[in-house]
Amino acid sequence: MTAPPPLPVPLIDRLAEAKRAGDYQAFMDAIPYARFLGLSGGKIGDELITTMRYGDQLIGNPALPALHGGTLGALLESAAIFELLWRAETIVLPKTITVTIDYLRSGAAVDTHARGIVTRHGRRVTNVRMEAWQADRATPVATAHAIFLVMRS
Amino acid sequence: MPADDERDQLRLELVRGFSANVPHNRALGMIIEDIRSQEAVFRLPYDAKLVGNPDTGVIHGGAITALLDGCSGAAVFAALDDLVPIATLDLRIDYLRPAEVGKEVVARATCYKMTRNVAFTRAVAYHDDPDDPIAHSVGTFMVSTKTGSSLK
Repeated sequence: MTAPPPLPVPLIDRLAEAKRAGDYQAFMDAIPYARFLGLSGGKIGDELITTMRYGDQLIGNPALPALHGGTLGALLESAAIFELLWRAETIVLPKTITVTIDYLRSGAAVDTHARGIVTRHGRRVTNVRMEAWQADRATPVATAHAIFLVMRS
Repeated sequence: MPADDERDQLRLELVRGFSANVPHNRALGMIIEDIRSQEAVFRLPYDAKLVGNPDTGVIHGGAITALLDGCSGAAVFAALDDLVPIATLDLRIDYLRPAEVGKEVVARATCYKMTRNVAFTRAVAYHDDPDDPIAHSVGTFMVSTKTGSSLK
């Protein structure tokens, strides 16, 4: 007799568990799209850094080669959401209202790192700035800012 | 004029072939539905790997970002007389409502202004009705980056 499949653990509970254990990666791995992009993350010093591991499926221009702009946008948005979830005291999944990405230079075929910085934490909306970089943090490949709805619906 | 029409068709076919072969477009499962002068329509079928919220099955905003970015770039290519390299300068996306679970997302992008150096795009992502969009975007693209270093 085969055992019934385990009941899926709601994302919010996974997050609470990941926070207790200090294991950021366990939470990320629960999100299929984060796995598809090859996202990993953890605290480096006081910062929560999200890393997109290089993979050929991320390429937008094979001739250079360069990362697809969409992958950088997704990484930046993910970094902001993870920052909000990790720092927030009350757990509500943030909903993206708007995101604006500035593409500063082409993304090389290497790992890319990103972090989000909350610039204003309001009762209903939160503003976040994000940056993504590769080998040299001083020369980001892309920056972004986003506004999230953070109230319970 | 037939000669121009043929040249146009060839150019648009090149854009279609180029877009279809972008590795990340393929990895996401994007389908190039239509490329016409200054306009592109892409489809993104629903797939489990695109899910951003495993509780609901709703796809991740990043997948829609990639769809709108790729589709907007194709609209710029479709507006160019010669296929020169382009690079996204910026892209703003407004998320108007959540995507529905299990439904494909369609993106329709227009390059509404082309100057010597910069192209301007707008796009919507929707399920069935472009007048009831999931997301709306505007973008700017640098045109002919062959002398610069930030090719895309």
